[in-house]
Amino acid sequence: MYAVFKRELFSLLNSLMAYITIGVFLLASGLLLWFFPDTSILEYGYAELTGFFSLAPFLFMFLIPAITMRSFAEERREGTYVLLASRPLTDWQIILAKYFACFVLVLFSLMPTLIYYYSIYKLGMPVGNIDTGAVIGSYLGLVLLGSSFVAIGIFASSITKNQVIAFAVAVFICFIAYSGFDALSKIFAMRYLETVFLGLSINEHYQSISRGVLDTRDLIYFITFVLFFLGITKLVIGGRKW
Amino acid sequence: MSIKVQYLSKYYDKQKAVDEVSFEAKPGKILGFLGPNGAGKSTTMRMLTGYLKPTSGSAQLCGFDSQTQSIEVRRIIGYLPENTPLYTDMYVKEFLLFVANTYKLQNPEQKVKETIEAVGLTAEQHKKINMLSKGYKQRVGLAQAIIHNPEILILDEPTSGLDPNQLTDIRELIKKLGKDKTVILSTHIMQEVEAVCDEVIILNKGKIVANAEITELKRQHQSSSLEDIFRKLTS
Repeated sequence: MYAVFKRELFSLLNSLMAYITIGVFLLASGLLLWFFPDTSILEYGYAELTGFFSLAPFLFMFLIPAITMRSFAEERREGTYVLLASRPLTDWQIILAKYFACFVLVLFSLMPTLIYYYSIYKLGMPVGNIDTGAVIGSYLGLVLLGSSFVAIGIFASSITKNQVIAFAVAVFICFIAYSGFDALSKIFAMRYLETVFLGLSINEHYQSISRGVLDTRDLIYFITFVLFFLGITKLVIGGRKW
Repeated sequence: MSIKVQYLSKYYDKQKAVDEVSFEAKPGKILGFLGPNGAGKSTTMRMLTGYLKPTSGSAQLCGFDSQTQSIEVRRIIGYLPENTPLYTDMYVKEFLLFVANTYKLQNPEQKVKETIEAVGLTAEQHKKINMLSKGYKQRVGLAQAIIHNPEILILDEPTSGLDPNQLTDIRELIKKLGKDKTVILSTHIMQEVEAVCDEVIILNKGKIVANAEITELKRQHQSSSLEDIFRKLTS
């Protein structure tokens, strides 16, 4: 499994695609956070990173499908999946190797944003006047959110040969899972349905972790979410007809 | 018997791609799969490797069942798929090292070096795969199939698109490998079958229409030309 993981990660790092998407992500978050007056932290005047953490999920919604879209779709199109399938590897090993390769790339894209934390730490009045606990919690939330988006992306990539379709489907599912369930919960007046939909929403659990309190319910939610999407990926791959 | 296939069938919806095929193959012999396009050669090979699930029937490779012991089967077979799919963004050495690592081989660098020499890729070993010509890509495909020294080799059209010189080289290599392994290869070229194979199986519309040693087959049909026999059986 490690061999496949390594190959996947290197092939992502060797393609211009990964650098462009990560570059666009960092550029967009940098501009919105520091330059555009409506959303700028400098204009806002408070030493916190909440702006970044409410923006990042929407950027991830496009960044992550762009990273994951090729993982299975390209292998199907090129017919190279047989190279993996005829090795002594289980379907799960192949899926997890691809999953973690994309996930590591998402972590790479998040790493440079730690500079934002350092900048605000230094800019605070007095220096260091920032709620570090909340930032750590939010980063953890973002990593978990990223991990569920990667699972969605891997699934979307497994159902089609076409990378563009994989991208579009992944963006759509990410959007529904992130804010669609929130919106649905507001449509229904019944309390019962409202709690069900809120419980399904990524946003709800993301916000909960961002407060800096790590609740096992949120953790279990994200783990279940990832396993659900990887599980249906396994079903798609297992019943292959290509 | 290292390969034992019993009543193997594969249906796509109602179309029978492979229809109750049974045969055996022993080590040290090269078995040729012949048949017109769409006769079910590739499908049968894919089922042997465990890549496709058969609709019914079973295949045993060195005593392992291709479905229930799929991982063990994949460890002892080398498979060259049709059209030689490769990760073209990788370098030859890098790709073979990756393949060696998926088998968790001891001393993978050494294995890669030996395999590169065996298939005659030494001059091209530092190139990217998409820079190689068709013949060299075919060699890379062969290299990834033999790197773990498998007991069974399944080669789907290993010589398609090669020039006459490369053709002789690859045939020699397959013959050499066939001395101590079980080799199954599919082809359209009759001369190749006569040059390389010991036994042939002729498939037509998913069914086996002939299964014998080449000399035996010629005797049965009282014909010296394999091509005539092929035409008689498949048209």
